[in-house]
Amino acid sequence: MAYTYFPGCCMHGFARHCQDSLYAVFDALGLELRELPEWNCCGATTYISVEENQAFALGARNLAMAEKLGSEIVAPCTACYMILKKTKDHLARYPDLREKIDQALAAIGLHYEGKIEILHPLEIILRDVGVKGLKAKVKKPLRGWNVAPYYGCLIARPYALSEGFTLEAFDQLVPALGANLVDFELKARCCGGSLTGTIEEVGHRLVYILLHQAKLARAHCLVTVCPLCQLNLEAHQGKIKRRYGDDVTIPIPYFTQLIGMALGLSEKALGLEKLLVPLRWELAEKAFAAREPAAA
Amino acid sequence: MAHPTFFKKVKYEKELERDLAAEIIATPGGEKILSCLQCGTCGSACPLSVYMDYTPRKLIGMVREGFKEEVVTSFAIWLCASCYECTVRCPSGIGVTEVMYALKRIAIREGIYPRHFPVPVLAKEFLKMLKGSGRTNEFWLVLRVLLKTAPMKLLTSWPLGLRLWQRGRMCLGSTRIPKAANEDLRRMLEVIEASTGGPLKSPLPVTVGAQPSGGDLKKAA
Repeated sequence: MAYTYFPGCCMHGFARHCQDSLYAVFDALGLELRELPEWNCCGATTYISVEENQAFALGARNLAMAEKLGSEIVAPCTACYMILKKTKDHLARYPDLREKIDQALAAIGLHYEGKIEILHPLEIILRDVGVKGLKAKVKKPLRGWNVAPYYGCLIARPYALSEGFTLEAFDQLVPALGANLVDFELKARCCGGSLTGTIEEVGHRLVYILLHQAKLARAHCLVTVCPLCQLNLEAHQGKIKRRYGDDVTIPIPYFTQLIGMALGLSEKALGLEKLLVPLRWELAEKAFAAREPAAA
Repeated sequence: MAHPTFFKKVKYEKELERDLAAEIIATPGGEKILSCLQCGTCGSACPLSVYMDYTPRKLIGMVREGFKEEVVTSFAIWLCASCYECTVRCPSGIGVTEVMYALKRIAIREGIYPRHFPVPVLAKEFLKMLKGSGRTNEFWLVLRVLLKTAPMKLLTSWPLGLRLWQRGRMCLGSTRIPKAANEDLRRMLEVIEASTGGPLKSPLPVTVGAQPSGGDLKKAA
């Protein structure tokens, strides 16, 4: 099956390892990604704090172009995913806005119907491969790994999560890989987004709360589904250690990297060497050795 | 940033700016602010409300009553990371996050924010970059924002940049979309700007908070 791939700016920038692993895993699962040509930035959660109607036009241009290609959109960044879904939702609900956007799209020779579906790769894997299907393809089960799934905020919020999907359903992908599912209570709590760069004291605190909880839950790795969460959680671990005097070092893989490891794909294809906190096969034993005495 | 305890004051009816509420009501997501129960669910769900000078509940109350200056100069609107937790929880179906966006837009439009405060500077630089090349490049974006707000921070931020660069996760080159596509994008945005007729939306004919507020009663004092 083929999908229209909307990478978003992150996937071409600091999250190239996420993109590498996404391509590798989709390939291994027999799914095809075709990048949307000439896509533009969706505006993220930032553009709309300066201009409102224009922000919806940015999403609409991408949706209109993807509609022409026919297949469903896959957006691996939860901000892009949420923004595209929000655009679709608002254009359907606010006729005034729709009229303005239609006019602007017509000026550049585009037309938006409003029929295209936007999906996160998690949803694709769950729907088109399924837990059983994934389990059947696992070659190197992640035995002994305590994996805490962290979804972040935007995938679980109003415009997001397509019908019939729940975070609990996504959780089931973890045991399918042979790993132990850690009950991570803060799985949908915000990581602070760009606050780690703008209001550092607050941003670091939000990240620290998540990492600390993961440590308490005795997770070996915290798996993310959003490239910005991925960067936020791993890039500031050193500063957080210095600021709060608590060592919360933990690998933060993107979910397709973890799936790819279980599928037996090479480390290079998954971009594992690009992680700031290394993720290795012997992770579980090492982590056990380091933490068991402290826990006792 | 004004702290509420230092700047608390009584407002006379004529000092209240009622058109603020009308503007928020005209925003998609803000239509229902008049049905706000003031229950505080938004603030208790918000992961950032503990750092805010006014919680989202207070902000909505103040918007309804016309405390424009306090709302627009508050620290809280810039802290909102738009995680939508409040919007999901609100029993009255208010798009609290959209209200926060609208307040940020007003503050930026009217130039009411500290000059070196990074959040609005980031938003404006983001816009400039997007319009210029169709996509954003986080390296140049962060660099520009740091140079404009806190150049000294470059001294503490470069190690992270180096680590990302060593791992091939930094794109120093251009990420722009083809020229024709970028022209299209700009034309589309111009058409919208023209149809919006400037940044201000036509306010709806609504009357907000007609009953006399506590401020009038304390006028003599």
